Amino acid sequence: MNASVPAAAAAAAASETLVSIEGLKVHFPITSGVVFQRKVGAVYAVDGIDLSILEGETLGLVGESGCGKSTTGRAILQLIRPTAGRVLYEGGDLAHLRGAKLRRQRKRMQMIFQDPYASLNGRMTVGDIVGEPLLVHKVVTRRQRGARVRELLKTVGINPNTLNRYPHEFSGGQRQRIGIARALAIEPNFIVCDEPISALDVSIRAQIINLLQQLQREFGLTYLFIAHDLSVVRHISDRVAVMYLGRIVELAANADLYGQPLHPYTQALLSAVPIPDPTAEEQRRAVVLTGDVPSPVDPPAGCHFHPRCPAMRYGLCDVQTPELREVRPGHWAACHLITDDDYPFIRAGEGDLAEAQSAAALGAVTGPSATAADGAAADGGEPA
Amino acid sequence: MGIDRDTLLRLTDLTVDFSSQEGVVHAVDRVSFSVAPGELVGLVGESGCGKSVTAWSILGLIRMTTNATVGGKIEFEGRDLLALPEKEVREVRGRDISMIFQDPVTSLNPVLTIERLVTEGLETHLGISRDEAVARSIELLRQVGIPQAEQRIKDYPHQFSGGMRQRVMIAIALSCNPKLLLADEPTTALDVTIQAQILRLMKQLSAEYDAAVIVITHDLGVVAGMCRRILVMYAGRIVESGPAKPLFAHPHHPYTMGLLKSVPRLDEPRGVTLESIEGLPPDLAHLPPGCAFAPRCYLVTDECWQAVPELQPTDEGRRSACFHADQLVAAAARVGT
Repeated sequence: MNASVPAAAAAAAASETLVSIEGLKVHFPITSGVVFQRKVGAVYAVDGIDLSILEGETLGLVGESGCGKSTTGRAILQLIRPTAGRVLYEGGDLAHLRGAKLRRQRKRMQMIFQDPYASLNGRMTVGDIVGEPLLVHKVVTRRQRGARVRELLKTVGINPNTLNRYPHEFSGGQRQRIGIARALAIEPNFIVCDEPISALDVSIRAQIINLLQQLQREFGLTYLFIAHDLSVVRHISDRVAVMYLGRIVELAANADLYGQPLHPYTQALLSAVPIPDPTAEEQRRAVVLTGDVPSPVDPPAGCHFHPRCPAMRYGLCDVQTPELREVRPGHWAACHLITDDDYPFIRAGEGDLAEAQSAAALGAVTGPSATAADGAAADGGEPA
Repeated sequence: MGIDRDTLLRLTDLTVDFSSQEGVVHAVDRVSFSVAPGELVGLVGESGCGKSVTAWSILGLIRMTTNATVGGKIEFEGRDLLALPEKEVREVRGRDISMIFQDPVTSLNPVLTIERLVTEGLETHLGISRDEAVARSIELLRQVGIPQAEQRIKDYPHQFSGGMRQRVMIAIALSCNPKLLLADEPTTALDVTIQAQILRLMKQLSAEYDAAVIVITHDLGVVAGMCRRILVMYAGRIVESGPAKPLFAHPHHPYTMGLLKSVPRLDEPRGVTLESIEGLPPDLAHLPPGCAFAPRCYLVTDECWQAVPELQPTDEGRRSACFHADQLVAAAARVGT
């Protein structure tokens, strides 16, 4: 949990660090009892991450559901208060700001949400939705507001004459554009995009990605782009961080991460992404990981990934937590098995082997049963 | 009915209209295709293109909705399912044709144990005793990769993770040895590493059980690795069909072309901007008079606004519903296959 983390040594040394996250933890308590609530456990959603976001870059944050990527995004904006750690924005710590001081800082940062149906108030007109941040932050007078809203709608490709309409009159893609206009309203320089395209139709996704990229060029925006789609993240990001169960397991420049993924999890993840080409699909073999992502209520000891890792070494990976360290210039990874000149290369065969031993292997590798939290992701059950 | 040995299912001009406040919604419009025994077919399209309604029609679920009008023929092993009385359809549904639904969380009854969920179909359709059904269920669960199946069978769905629930659903779907399996977005709710597990499992089991599978999805990547033949739907119609490899390499319909180009691929160099399809999918209650894709198409001419293009043969085993398919065929020939 060193303070001088990733970005400091990143290749793009010329860029200034805009947001710096140090030892960020977000734990959600699990309580029991009605009146006298006792804390009986915690969901370790984000469990100590260090990350720097450089000015003007797009940092992709990928991982499977429940890995803590959205919580990280929200904790940076202080929409969820971190349990521990610091979030430095232009050098000042946001985690300790309250009230007006926090609001003043928030003017610089905005969020684009995943679900364009749930994130716009259905009782407000589009003009009011896009104009609200302008009033809250007192950026313009009421009289100037209309003109500014029209300008914003035009920027994101929505007909400005529709500002008296309601969200339900728009399609998913158009609503996402409205959400983007709202985020742009107060001219932020940092935007957290939380799965901005995953709720949209395939033919609309490219439109929104292109719009986000165009806006970045136009306004010099910095993005934290949270997504589970690795192909999209590769397309849009300058650097990419991979999360697994509350921790960052790998962080590198786009070309390095996709060209030579070092962490076994990243390798498996990339090999599992389907490619829309039957010929290419025939030639490659996916590493099929056995088991599911364990529950963040009771994460495995040592390296969180060790129960599913084909390269796992007993006595090391299941005991010691690997630190995120710079294993190649600008390429950070958290794995005991990565050395200066070697790394665990996961071949497709190893995953298959594990799958062949299915019942026994699955029982052993999947995490503890979820009796503690009903409905939480768990299977495996007690060992027979 | 003039159906041959090589055809398990044949749809002829399937049309499904829903009456709504905004007028008649043409959800499925004259869809025709056939599926051979054991064949893996991919039905691809965006939300609202009619792919799920097509699947529900095959399963005989659409006839239960009061505001739907169904036309055409759905012949399964030579019998037109649309003409059969409900009682006979019920014998086919769940036994010969079964379905895997998209959402493993809501499609399993939460108050029933896994045992009850899996044995229900076995007892209803195969008429075997309770003990036999339980034994068979445990075997099925083991086959789909659920560890400690004998114990887990007593659990309720909420005690399983998403991936494991989808495995349970596959076990239920396979329980009566179906000849046709409809998989409606089987991996959309799952993570990518789990998706790889489930797709592999489905492919394996389809071969083992010699069951034909129609995979319904919006994700071109999912069908690319799994299906031999692809059907692309847009606004209620099939716009392109053909064997997977040539179809993905050189699409013969501008919509397929646009879809393929608008998704970034991991195995290709990074582009600066994506080639997006402009505009929005049409409102199915107010379709344009000509080709439904015309407003978004880069090959559009006057002709496209006048008449609806029929699905015509373009190449070996391939069909396209586009007046300008020949341009795409010619372009593909220049590049060479």
